[in-house]
Amino acid sequence: MTRSISAFLYGRRGFYLSLLLLPPLLWLGVVYLGSLFALLMQSFYAIDEFTARIIPEFTLATYRQLVSHPANVDIILRTLGMAVAVTLAAAVIAFPVANYMARYAGGRMKAFFYVGVMTPMWTSYLVKVYAWRLVLAKQGVLSWFVDQFGLTPALEQALATPVVGGPSLASSYLGMFIVFVYMWLPFMILPLAAALERVPASLLQASADLGARPGQTFRQIVLPLALPGLAAGSVFTFSLTLGDYIIPSVVGAPGYFIGMMVYQQQGTAGNIPLAAAFSVVPILLIGAYLTLAKRLGAFDAL
Amino acid sequence: MRSDRDWNRASLGQRLAAFAGLAFLHLPVWVIVLYAFTTEDRTYQFPPPGLTLHWFEVAFAREDMWAALRLSLSVAAMATAMALVLGTLAAFALARSRFRGREAVTLLFVLPIALPGIITGIALLSAFKLADFQLGFWTIVTGHATFCIVIVHNNVIARLRRLPQSWIEASMDLGADGTQTFRYVLLPQIATALLAGGMLAFALSFDEIIVTLFTAGHERTLPIWFFNELFRPRERPITNVVAVTVVLVTLIPILLAYWLTRQGEPDGPK
Repeated sequence: MTRSISAFLYGRRGFYLSLLLLPPLLWLGVVYLGSLFALLMQSFYAIDEFTARIIPEFTLATYRQLVSHPANVDIILRTLGMAVAVTLAAAVIAFPVANYMARYAGGRMKAFFYVGVMTPMWTSYLVKVYAWRLVLAKQGVLSWFVDQFGLTPALEQALATPVVGGPSLASSYLGMFIVFVYMWLPFMILPLAAALERVPASLLQASADLGARPGQTFRQIVLPLALPGLAAGSVFTFSLTLGDYIIPSVVGAPGYFIGMMVYQQQGTAGNIPLAAAFSVVPILLIGAYLTLAKRLGAFDAL
Repeated sequence: MRSDRDWNRASLGQRLAAFAGLAFLHLPVWVIVLYAFTTEDRTYQFPPPGLTLHWFEVAFAREDMWAALRLSLSVAAMATAMALVLGTLAAFALARSRFRGREAVTLLFVLPIALPGIITGIALLSAFKLADFQLGFWTIVTGHATFCIVIVHNNVIARLRRLPQSWIEASMDLGADGTQTFRYVLLPQIATALLAGGMLAFALSFDEIIVTLFTAGHERTLPIWFFNELFRPRERPITNVVAVTVVLVTLIPILLAYWLTRQGEPDGPK
């Protein structure tokens, strides 16, 4: 019986494939894409300001509200600025780690580094955010260490800086920035290390033999070859920062971020159309970022 | 070969930067472990004035914590089971086939983890609202299964692609039918990938908060319970204890999964 079924299926590969693919495709196609479509549709609805009911009619009023309120534009720019800053900082911090992992560490040391990067990455997300609250708090771990090194005046000066500062690290954009960089750093290190693993050592030797200084080799050989890794990592750091709403609500300054706005609008405000319109913004920004990265040739070497 | 050795040496600066980066990644995890034992229950004082095991006892006596934990475990189990079935089917269909629209299907299978979780969350919520679904256990599972499918699919497809096609042909030539080939040739080869994908999916679901906050309604999973505790400073020692427990519960399956995935690779442990 099973033999005849399997013989039947083997002869009709297309039918067999669609039989396999149908259930998962239905799930992602209907549940996931369907929901994304519902989201997009809702963003073209609007809320009646008097009855607070959603009017299911096509309108651009919600999008108009999104771009015409200066406060909403501020939120979008603030989130975008944070995502760009976090991506840049993560790339700068990740590079030496990834480079060491890929080029210098061998055998046990390499395994140690890979596990060392992955363990914190897979540690509970919320617990890490909470840990940073302990670290950044007024009498917390960081201020103790800063004090031990006699750097308290420097920290106070940093906190006194307008915009990025605040009453303590745990309630300032500076602190939030540190937490964001920390959270997404492994997502930058791993693809970067994978890209650097593929840079042949002979190229670097050749470059040095031909008289290039280390800086020149880095700029003209290593960096272009590491670009796909940087691009892949930056898609993670950029996209994750744009969508996060837990970190800004646990650690951070008074200003709102896109994610918090989405969460608040659908929850207490009950304005799903505005929440939907806000959540379309990160999708557009990520789309634009991917297009830009592609045009710059970041994925050519993949 | 002396020049080659020198070439492969990192300078002191490079080594320091690498280790500093690694230390930065580990510092907060150790802070959490330390604070679970502190005797101070009001401020975040560092270093802790004394160490105690008392808070473990207090935390484990909290019934609401256990209820949240039970819910999280059953959601993760259900989402993982669904993901194992659907993700494996998809991996088998996509591993070696060529058909029109394959690119689009492949894109669909990365989208749930490529887009930020908040998009999945608000999208599902707006669909549930439109369809007038009651939020609860099954809506949480739906959200989690969506990204768990992707995780299982990725793990299984990576293993299937490393599996020589000739083995399947050999099995068929020797007279095995499709079921036997699957049972005796394919399944033993992908078993560890299934296990690893399942454990990763379980851990991700267990830890998920961004999607869950949208789809949970009045239900409280352990991350939601923990999130609420964060804004209640009086319960701080309990939060600390639960934090360290959650780290252990999620990290052990993930490290096992990592070890299992590496096993199938040429340079992995044997």
